[in-house]
Amino acid sequence: MHSSFAHLQGEENITEARGTGVDATMPFGNTHNQLKMNYTAEQEFPDLSQHNNHMAKVLTLEMYANLRDKQTPSGFTVDDVIQTGVDNPGHPFIMTVGCVAGDEETYEVFKDLLDPVIEDRHGGYKPTDKHKTDLNPDNLQGGDDLDPNYVLSSRVRTGRSIRGFCLPPHCSRGERRAIEGLSVEALGALDGDLKGKYYALKDMTEEEQQQLIDDHFLFDKPVSPLLLASGMARDWPDARGIWHNDNKTFLVWVNEEDHLRVISMQKGGNMKEVFNRFCTGLTKIEELFKEKGHEFMWNEHLGYVLTCPSNLGTGMRGGVHVKLPNLSKHEKFGEILKRLRLQKRGTGGVDTAAVGGVFDISNADRLGFSEVELVQMVVDGVKLLVEMEKHLEAGQSIDDLMPEQK
Amino acid sequence: NAPLSLIFRLVLFPNSAEYPDLRKHNNCMASHLTPAVYAKLCDKTTPNGYTLDLAIQTGVDNPGHPFIKTVGMVAGDEESYEVFADIFNPVIKERHNGYDPCNMKHPTDLDSSKIRGGQFDEKYVLSSRVRTGRSIRGLSLPPACTRAERREVERVVIDALAGLKGDLTGKYYSLTLMTEQEQQQLIDDHFLFDKPVSPLLTCAGMARDWPDARGIWHNNEKTFLVWVNEEDHTRVISMEKGGNMRRVFERFCKGLQEVERLIQEKGWEFMWNERLGYILTCPSNLGTGLRAGVHVTLPRLSKDPRFPKILDNLRLQKRGTGGVDTAAVGNTFDISNLDRLGQSEVQLVQTVIDGVNYLIECEKKLERGQDIKIPAPISQFK
Repeated sequence: MHSSFAHLQGEENITEARGTGVDATMPFGNTHNQLKMNYTAEQEFPDLSQHNNHMAKVLTLEMYANLRDKQTPSGFTVDDVIQTGVDNPGHPFIMTVGCVAGDEETYEVFKDLLDPVIEDRHGGYKPTDKHKTDLNPDNLQGGDDLDPNYVLSSRVRTGRSIRGFCLPPHCSRGERRAIEGLSVEALGALDGDLKGKYYALKDMTEEEQQQLIDDHFLFDKPVSPLLLASGMARDWPDARGIWHNDNKTFLVWVNEEDHLRVISMQKGGNMKEVFNRFCTGLTKIEELFKEKGHEFMWNEHLGYVLTCPSNLGTGMRGGVHVKLPNLSKHEKFGEILKRLRLQKRGTGGVDTAAVGGVFDISNADRLGFSEVELVQMVVDGVKLLVEMEKHLEAGQSIDDLMPEQK
Repeated sequence: NAPLSLIFRLVLFPNSAEYPDLRKHNNCMASHLTPAVYAKLCDKTTPNGYTLDLAIQTGVDNPGHPFIKTVGMVAGDEESYEVFADIFNPVIKERHNGYDPCNMKHPTDLDSSKIRGGQFDEKYVLSSRVRTGRSIRGLSLPPACTRAERREVERVVIDALAGLKGDLTGKYYSLTLMTEQEQQQLIDDHFLFDKPVSPLLTCAGMARDWPDARGIWHNNEKTFLVWVNEEDHTRVISMEKGGNMRRVFERFCKGLQEVERLIQEKGWEFMWNERLGYILTCPSNLGTGLRAGVHVTLPRLSKDPRFPKILDNLRLQKRGTGGVDTAAVGNTFDISNLDRLGQSEVQLVQTVIDGVNYLIECEKKLERGQDIKIPAPISQFK
């Protein structure tokens, strides 16, 4: 079935679909809105005294009282939104968001909670601000000449959600399978250097699995309690899979933390080529979905809508693995990154530490800047970092190279 | 008037699109949840709103377990067992060795004076323990309860426990409020329970909001212990070092009956019915919810190839001394009753007493170089 939810607005004859009386008094979700209303807001309010995440900073008893009897059209409630933040008080390395969306409407129905969370997380982004989308790779200046002696690999990733379907914390098995079906169909129509193949997690052979592991493409069932607590791993590995092109430079994850995660990558420092492919691929995929009557979740305030509020806007993380053994020990390293609007991670990704002086350097922002603007910051910033590294190698000072705050 | 949310799901995605893929699964739920049963039950809810998809989620997410065939489903409330009887009944029958909820009744008997013997040879038996669970009627079970319900369970239970006297006088330690010293003491006593890590439990939603409204109560003598809001509303444990199972069971019965009396004074009662006995979260714990066991050293018998068969015929099971998911260390085993439903507490504890005595006799015979015999299988439903 490919009908989007919009077609259903106003339909009343549900009994036709099943032929049996529908007895339900509760929404499809993992909490019981009606049952909770037997208790006061105070009795239900979570204990956030040990917590340090964006949700805990923002959620007051009054706000909770106002939101707790609401639900999105698919039945997602405020308790569903915050469960991951209640269950995970804090994280050693990063300030976590502590809430997720179960569908596109979550961001509207629970805006009283999510707007301040978004503002806090995305550097002061206001409820009235507009987000610009720019996926024209010609607008990127340079980016094809990062020194491969330092820049080992380049990568750009984002996510996309298919409008009309619930998001991973909330989707049913049927929805998830429909998302997989639509995605596989769209990806199957890609050609040229984007031509590729889909590997469903539950059907792959031992050999395919090993190859995907060797290529560092295979994603596992989430183990992070941040993800598990939100319900994203339900029914694993049903309707999950990996698609990649024959060249292994364009990769799509289906039904992991988002409907789609799209990744363009290659060894070396030619970020321009990576970004070209990224934009071309995404645009093509979007066209293919539109041909079948589907579109991505997007609006002019939040940009692309994804499961985690931290990935709104561009949902994009563009970055490199770069050798900075000297610079990373410099006392101003953190300050430099901050001014360049970049962040560092270990080479294993978000929850890891750096190994051997090699860092994952990427844009810190997601929302309020376009894709081109963010990749430009990465390209310009990394160029400067490499130059600084070379200076320090040669025993020179980097004081003259200190950047302004972007 | 069904909410738009359920319409949304039901109309867009017919049953077949929602039916879980259970081809790689080996648990009781997967063995019995046919597409027809799924279609019949998938749009039903309990009065509190619990659904079939919620009940089976843990079994869908956990295809199998290396040591045991897991149940693969849970109840979110007392009514789950009625509304979803078409799947719970065959699961219960398989798990409880043929007990048929459709036409059998479960006997409850907490009169410990009926026990014969029960004082084991302490050269072999290192410790004795009896545990069960109890649920407070009217409040949802751990997979489904709201925070307020869970806090209400805590309030009702600790209020009752505060009324216990004599050798049952004790104290409650809330997981959120306990001090470092209290925590260390509870760890040293092997009383402290942790946030569940087993995916069997976490996938069922039992660990939500941890550690809110969870805690441990124990008497001053440390022989009677109650866990609040872990896998069930309450888990009640009576235990001692040594082999005095009789006294352990006496305290168990007395404590349970006292707690029941105290909650009844406040207008509450335990979930119980004559078809399924005491109602708990996991179908495997229905009936008595009782596991009575010992830590016993059986160096010779445990190496005898007839050991598993002997246990089987005595209707006993062995575990490692760390509990259900562990292997034995050295020659010390956790030996307990296999059955939970269809026999009373008194009957099951007697089975353990008679069975462990038999095992000790076997061990002694092997010590003396004599041969042992596999006993005739004892009857299951008395």
